[in-house]
Amino acid sequence: MRQVSVIGLLAAALIAGGGGVSGRTAPFTRADLRWLGRVTFGVDSQIVGSYRKLGREKFLDAQLHPPKDDPGGLHAAIAALTISQKGADARVFEIRQENQRINALGSDEEKQKARMALNQAANLAVYETARRHLMRAIDSPWQLREEMTWFWMNHFSVFSGKGNVRYTLADYEEQAVRPHALGKFRDLVLATATSPAMLEYLDNAQSAANRINENYARELMELHTLGVSGGPSGSRYTQQDVQELARVLTGLGLAATPQPLKLGPQLAPLYVRQGLFEFNPSRHDRNTKTVLGEKIAGKGMDEVETAVTLLCRQPATARFISAKLATYFVADDPPPALVDRMARTFEKTDGDIAAVLRVMFLDKEFLAALADDAGGHRERATKFKDPMTFVVSSVRLAYEDKALTNYHPLVGWLQQLGEPLYGRVTPDGYPLGEAAWTSSGQMVRRFEIARAIGSGNAGLFNNEDNSPGTAAGFPMLTSRFYYDAIEPSLGPRTRAALGKSNSQQEWNTVLLASPDWMER
Amino acid sequence: MTLSRRSLLKLALAGAAHPLLPVRGIVSQAFAAPGAADAKFLLVFLRGGYDAANVVIPVGSPFYYESRPTIALPKPDPVNPLAAVALALRDGSAAWGLHPALKDTMLPLWDKQQLAFVPFAGSDDLTRSHFETQDSVETGMPVAAPGATPHSYGSGFLNRLAATLDGATPVSFTDGLPTVMTGQVVVPNVSLKGTGRSPFDNRQMAILAGMYEGTRFEPLIAEGFDLRKTVAEQAEMMNTGSMAAEMQAANCNAITAKGFELEARRMAGLMKDKFDIAFIDVGGWDTHVNQGNGQGQLANLLLSLGQGLAGFAEQMGPAWSRTVVVVISEFGRTFRENGTRGTDHGHGSVYWVLGGAVQGGRLAGEQVAVTPQGLNQNRDWPVTTEYRAMLGGLFRRIYSMDTGRLSQVFPDAVPRDLGLI
Repeated sequence: MRQVSVIGLLAAALIAGGGGVSGRTAPFTRADLRWLGRVTFGVDSQIVGSYRKLGREKFLDAQLHPPKDDPGGLHAAIAALTISQKGADARVFEIRQENQRINALGSDEEKQKARMALNQAANLAVYETARRHLMRAIDSPWQLREEMTWFWMNHFSVFSGKGNVRYTLADYEEQAVRPHALGKFRDLVLATATSPAMLEYLDNAQSAANRINENYARELMELHTLGVSGGPSGSRYTQQDVQELARVLTGLGLAATPQPLKLGPQLAPLYVRQGLFEFNPSRHDRNTKTVLGEKIAGKGMDEVETAVTLLCRQPATARFISAKLATYFVADDPPPALVDRMARTFEKTDGDIAAVLRVMFLDKEFLAALADDAGGHRERATKFKDPMTFVVSSVRLAYEDKALTNYHPLVGWLQQLGEPLYGRVTPDGYPLGEAAWTSSGQMVRRFEIARAIGSGNAGLFNNEDNSPGTAAGFPMLTSRFYYDAIEPSLGPRTRAALGKSNSQQEWNTVLLASPDWMER
Repeated sequence: MTLSRRSLLKLALAGAAHPLLPVRGIVSQAFAAPGAADAKFLLVFLRGGYDAANVVIPVGSPFYYESRPTIALPKPDPVNPLAAVALALRDGSAAWGLHPALKDTMLPLWDKQQLAFVPFAGSDDLTRSHFETQDSVETGMPVAAPGATPHSYGSGFLNRLAATLDGATPVSFTDGLPTVMTGQVVVPNVSLKGTGRSPFDNRQMAILAGMYEGTRFEPLIAEGFDLRKTVAEQAEMMNTGSMAAEMQAANCNAITAKGFELEARRMAGLMKDKFDIAFIDVGGWDTHVNQGNGQGQLANLLLSLGQGLAGFAEQMGPAWSRTVVVVISEFGRTFRENGTRGTDHGHGSVYWVLGGAVQGGRLAGEQVAVTPQGLNQNRDWPVTTEYRAMLGGLFRRIYSMDTGRLSQVFPDAVPRDLGLI
């Protein structure tokens, strides 16, 4: 699978201008390695090769504007998953029917059996969504898009354990989040606002005129756009604004049946239906609302677009999103001047995510911090890998040339390290600072995972039912790529520890467990 | 820092006078068993908001039966194994029953007066949001006024408790570090779910730790390896050595203990020797749909929880007399059953307090009649015993803490002594 990716990437490199001839001879520095560690989930020889060929800017521009489709092999593997066969609407309507059938069954034993089968199917859908996410994170040459998909799935977090979210999750990621990961922020907010997963997760599906549920309205302001009122983004909104926004959002919900709702002549033109998503004007509050001092006339679904646009164009949103991006990619406490520059770009480009990222990744202050070995900017140059980045970067490095067959170990590691995909119960998403991932137990667990990967005993090449598959053996991390790209950046203690290793497996383990490897 | 705390503990255990402990007698009533230095405290957090009304059951209330047409537990009935079990109250009333899944494990402790329930307990947080309430409970700070920024000291109350007690050795039996244990004291954590032998030998551990010398992670790695080693040794012993024999002797079924019971027994093993303030969480209590009654979802969870706590008590051996276990949840559930044979998020809960020296066999704290008028917002149980007041009162008893120290653990709380110890 990775072979196909190489071809795809090289082709893209040629199309992008085939430039960077001078870059071919330039030495690969520690700053280059660190920079690539931010733009991607982790280096491998393909990424470094393409970077050297294109040079920094062209490499970044290619990453910011990837082709729409996955490369062939990855595309085919994803198409074969059961989540690719059926949309969320079909799934949910089937489940509802099946539940009715089960309730009508005669014996408790039959009911229990049928419910267990239903649960297994649901678990499979969640697992496959995680699998698809990990396949792309590990195999796609368009690493930045996959990183941003993770970032936005975390920003617009939904929990797979709530209600029917497990059936709508796969479509949520594929249709609402990932297509806009490098696009306009407003489109992303609108897509999540009309997604069945979000509407169910934050209870907006239950909200109706005169029976308001404020949950989603509050999080839309506090977590998704403006940041907490009175907080560092400088946002100022009141409980009244939350309630008014909640009124705007009434009627956004999930369809009850495959057939469109029948409404009278007055409301029928306002009805909107897309798959499982439904805007039901008979549940909508059509009076005028005032959000952040702006009047929004009661018109129907259009109000949502108006309100979302209003929220996305606030300077607070530009600052909140820029600061969060910089915290994820640059440092736990990013330079304020950098965040300002990003926020200005956000405002100037009407929330163009790629443009904001471009400013960030090419920022002189950031690049200087990465290049600085003397320690002057040490705090700003370090970024501890969160569990997702640690696990994915390790597997990318260790098994570049082999396609994984079993993703259960990866899903389990993320769970053990406290960052399972779609497993954050709260809508705030996982924290982006290192403090959440560096408890003593988590550090030791990382070493154990490093050993599992480094010794080849992780079961990544077993069959999905964990029966033994093709023997993969242990990875040979002492490769030419390692000596070219990674070794020059290692600190003296790590080199000394590698020197004490007794076997290739142990050497692999030590490298993946080293403090150098824990940093992006 | 940790080492010095440990050596202090050793000193204290050896009988040396503890320089920082307040003089006994400040509290009005000196308690007998747990002393400040050798007390063991375990907090069990039931995540998801457990349905207390089906655990400590108001069987004397007709309103309970009206409110729960399909999920109520039948009134105590010796021939019905799925009926509630009568809780013998000291006043002779038969108003309350216990879920039958806890009959074999918790009823004996109740009868020995080592288990008390505190009904109508909880936090003043009225959001009924899991995350907000869990966070606020774990932080242990007063609930902020509406619209105000929530208080946070960037730490949890068990961490502050550990910081307040010199010589304390806290531990969290979880994958990550929960909010309640975050703060200035470095607290080691490890999940005992299936964690067995360490994959590293001493030489390898030295190589790995050596790489982190001089980094900000150095103390964490040392702490982590230390605990991991202990856990690995314990796992080994459980399979082959003295602990297996001990477990066998304690309970002929113990050796086949699974799931939470195995975890709880291992916790006891570690707490006996090494740790004195511990935390574990148990999830799965968010029963909106098909909650069940004598059997089903909730019954299965309770069975496993009861077996775990009973196993823990047994495994603690003589140290049980110096141990206090408190079981809490972020909130309760609706008193009335919902449309899908479950319950929704509610306010008040029932806390459990267990231990060898606990004044148990009773319901503690102020109680409210279980009637429609008694409900909070016509929905769920009111809170008459606030968790910070209750735990503050307990800590004062257990650790002989003065008001100044208590206010570091629970700022602005007024501790209430429910006479639980």
